[in-house]
Amino acid sequence: MTVVLGVNYVAWRWLGSLNWDAWWIAVPLVAAETYSLIDVLLFGMTVWRLKSRGAPPAAPDDATVDVFITTYNEPLDLVMTTALAAKDIHRPHSTWILDDGDREELRRLAEEHGIGYVTRSADWADMPRHAKAGNLNNALMVTHGEFLLILDADQIPEPDILDKTLGYFNNPRVALVQTPQYFINVPKDDPLGSQAPLFYGPIQQGKDGWNAAFFCGSNALLRREALMQLGLVGYVRETERNIRQALAASRSAIRKARRSADADNPLVEHMLNEVEAVTNEAQEQLETGASLSEITYRVRRKVEQAVQTLVQADFSALQSDLEEIAALELAHVGESGLPVVAGDAVEVMSGREWSPLGALESVQAILDAISVERINEAQPVMPLATISVTEDMATAMRLHALGWQSVYHHEVLANGLAPEDLKTMLTQRLRWAQGTVQVMLRENPLVQRGLSWGQRLMYFATMWTYLGGFTAVVYFAAPIVYLAFGVLPVSSLSTDFFIRFIPFMLANQLLFWVAGRGIKTWRGQQYSLALFPTWIKACTTAARNVWFGRPLGFAVTPKARQSGGPGWSLIRPQIVVSALLVVALIVGVARLAAGLLEPVGTLVNVVWVAFDLVVMSVLFRAVRYKGFIPEERNADAV
Amino acid sequence: MQFSYEVKDSYAEVKGSGRLNMVAAPKLREVVAEVVAAGSSKVVVNLEETVFMDSSGLGALIGCLKAARQAGGDLRISGVQPQVRMVLELTNMDRVLTSYPTAEAAFSDD
Repeated sequence: MTVVLGVNYVAWRWLGSLNWDAWWIAVPLVAAETYSLIDVLLFGMTVWRLKSRGAPPAAPDDATVDVFITTYNEPLDLVMTTALAAKDIHRPHSTWILDDGDREELRRLAEEHGIGYVTRSADWADMPRHAKAGNLNNALMVTHGEFLLILDADQIPEPDILDKTLGYFNNPRVALVQTPQYFINVPKDDPLGSQAPLFYGPIQQGKDGWNAAFFCGSNALLRREALMQLGLVGYVRETERNIRQALAASRSAIRKARRSADADNPLVEHMLNEVEAVTNEAQEQLETGASLSEITYRVRRKVEQAVQTLVQADFSALQSDLEEIAALELAHVGESGLPVVAGDAVEVMSGREWSPLGALESVQAILDAISVERINEAQPVMPLATISVTEDMATAMRLHALGWQSVYHHEVLANGLAPEDLKTMLTQRLRWAQGTVQVMLRENPLVQRGLSWGQRLMYFATMWTYLGGFTAVVYFAAPIVYLAFGVLPVSSLSTDFFIRFIPFMLANQLLFWVAGRGIKTWRGQQYSLALFPTWIKACTTAARNVWFGRPLGFAVTPKARQSGGPGWSLIRPQIVVSALLVVALIVGVARLAAGLLEPVGTLVNVVWVAFDLVVMSVLFRAVRYKGFIPEERNADAV
Repeated sequence: MQFSYEVKDSYAEVKGSGRLNMVAAPKLREVVAEVVAAGSSKVVVNLEETVFMDSSGLGALIGCLKAARQAGGDLRISGVQPQVRMVLELTNMDRVLTSYPTAEAAFSDD
């Protein structure tokens, strides 16, 4: 019903109602409305297949489980509280603290309590670290449980968390069981919108219905076999891509060498021919399907031999070249934490006028840098996806694309801590949004092979919601423009408008109400509009990161409350917009009194502005929020 | 899973019998690291008696390949059984590793 009414309304808006005289606001507004319609359609599709799973299947008795507690800089007592709770989980398991902060004291505490302790191995020195994904990938190499329970440092598990979740793995195709994230340090009115009852409820249950439940980074169980398979498939794909690049780079280095003065030297010419033949042969073998280890081995052996012969023939004159090449870093870590593959090394090399030996050496350097060892990464096999700062979503999508199944178990089995101040909360939201947009730009779900259309749309739906920052701006601007300047983006606010708009709005709210089944979704709705600067920033920074390799300005969400007074400067754009809304309201009423505006239009826009202001009001409370005070203490004080 | 190894003229042969799964994978890495450290960087992992392999086992093979290559040698596999072949194909790992019929054949052209 919402769909029909919505399409009816938006189609009419496009076809019959645009005020072309004010196209600069009319077109953005109708585009924003179209965006919102698609958003509603995707939401409707999600909850259409809402899956309530009921009691979980019985857990198998012989399953082996590793419980991973990931930490970077959280206070030690917080980590230990979680670790000790994890140790007390029923059913056999090993508990591990994955300490990316490499803290000696935490190691000691872990040992004292008989809890495993893992930090990055020596392989990670000078390599891209990939944040939490890297931390987990490192731990996967030194543990061997069949299933992994992943917990953030602040997520205290219930003792029966395994009893309630392991049974789903009786189905051998299930790779992921996600449970909700619930926060215990949040007051009833939830001023920071920390709880996500709509997401850890109808949305995840709906996605579950499409076999597209998301992995959310914590409070989830994963099947090791599925992750390792993901790592292997990724390894093969990356290796083949790198070899193709390497061969192209090698050809270009040979061309460069031919142009240099020494190319007339018969010995050099002979070498170049030989290396070129090897490179071409390798390309041919690659196309005919020879194995990558064989190809790289043969090429490297031959190039090595060629270089050695040449070095013996004429060593001293070329010494300086060699030093220069040795000083060149082949693959380095980008500031985003993602590796910059040797592409720019190739550029630097082909941009220089090197002698043939230099060129030969550079061919070998390229082949060394990009080989079956994947030497620009700490470990060849990276099970958790590293293409995004939110490794969880990308990993789940790849698992689904490989045909694995996922489960959302709708029962709180771990209690966590939410940010208690606006600044931390904004950092966290920004990171989630950035990560999601990164995945959308790097691996657009709509074109991923292996995913069903339902799954593609479920991933797309979440990414789509993060584009809402731009439309929020339009929704704030349109009533201001009308009230202050009398420009109406709609050709008329006649009955035509209302008979289409009002039923759609009502059906829309009804959909949320039915899907939400009484849970409080208003806070979430407020924040999805009010945090528009965060969403916009996420989109622009992620796009710059993916397309131009710029850093994201990645930050770990602090678990402890940040000190300092109210952070009004954090919401400066929203304060400006709110002020403009108020000014527009006053101007609008004045213009109405002066007879410059018609009453119906003014009324609609005044209501609209009032709605916007109510939405924004959440931030003014959030800024003043002093952190969580437990109910008991509150009662004592009264 | 039982591992044994034997240093031949031009290569070292590592034999594994049983199930090369997530429990045995770290052991394989250790054995190959030992062989390479002892000076044999050309290694054949003979899988004739390996009746089962999972993705962790394959991951360990990749780790061993890296170790051998970094020591200037290579790692090859031989005597692949049907289940192992299936896993190689499922993960596209047959794109990376050639399976030789016997350990002797693995380095015969080198």
